[in-house]
Amino acid sequence: MTINPDLQGRSYPAAEVYDVGREKIREFARAVKATHPAHFDVDAAQGLGHPDLVAPPTFAIIVAQRADAQLIEDPEAGIDFSRVVHADQRFTHHRPIFAGDRLVAELHVDGVRAMGGGAMITTRSEIFALGDGNGREPVSTTKSSILVRGEGQ
Amino acid sequence: MSPTFEELSVGQDIGGRSIEVTRQDLVKYAGASGDFNPIHWNEAFATGVELPGVIAHGMFTMGAAVQLVSDWAGDPAAVVDYQTRFTKPVLVSDTTGTGDAGAVIDVSGAVGALDADARTARVDLTVVFDGQKVLMKAQALVRLA
Repeated sequence: MTINPDLQGRSYPAAEVYDVGREKIREFARAVKATHPAHFDVDAAQGLGHPDLVAPPTFAIIVAQRADAQLIEDPEAGIDFSRVVHADQRFTHHRPIFAGDRLVAELHVDGVRAMGGGAMITTRSEIFALGDGNGREPVSTTKSSILVRGEGQ
Repeated sequence: MSPTFEELSVGQDIGGRSIEVTRQDLVKYAGASGDFNPIHWNEAFATGVELPGVIAHGMFTMGAAVQLVSDWAGDPAAVVDYQTRFTKPVLVSDTTGTGDAGAVIDVSGAVGALDADARTARVDLTVVFDGQKVLMKAQALVRLA
């Protein structure tokens, strides 16, 4: 199976809306062994000036990996998920993610580079919060590189 | 107490913590994150794709390591940028039913750079498992009062 080099520059528009719930923030925080009260206690979060519970700094990965799935599951892409290794990850937060946010992600394929029999694919998700009406506010930019291992790699 | 920008200097230690990890923790992280790749919970599958055994999600390690920074900053929302490269896997032994850790990850941090205009501090994290760094260039940018 070979990676389609034409993937570079491709983008996938925002698909389903991700509704950020308080219990999901608490569940994710427990799963990364985070203990800060701003993830669990609404009063503590509001005491720091936030409207609601604050998501942990890597929470956006849930939304970003859903966006990545569009690429990985695209039959035209030629990616074998069982050979995917996560190489690097970056989160740039334009503002924190809060409980009650309604998020969408636009996925951009920024780079495809052949490596041995495999490929390194760099993707970027632009995550926005939907406002009332048609407005949307930039929340996070996430970048990740995945290595799709070739045979024998 | 949250640090203020003026009291920081480059090289300053922000402390450390040890994170004990079990196979159950990886199942919890899989459920919470939606990443159900079986290399993180199924031994036969992991060894079948030439891994030495079940390994932690890189994103589990990245997510758990940053807690040190959230606590130091006093507010997890102060972390405005966070990046890393995943260089070595964290192998998690099956200790189900014993109460023992399957792996221990040691995290420590120091102030790597300061930006007086932006009032941000870059915290460089050192994340070690089994004597080796598992994250490289693990950097969190923190906005301070």
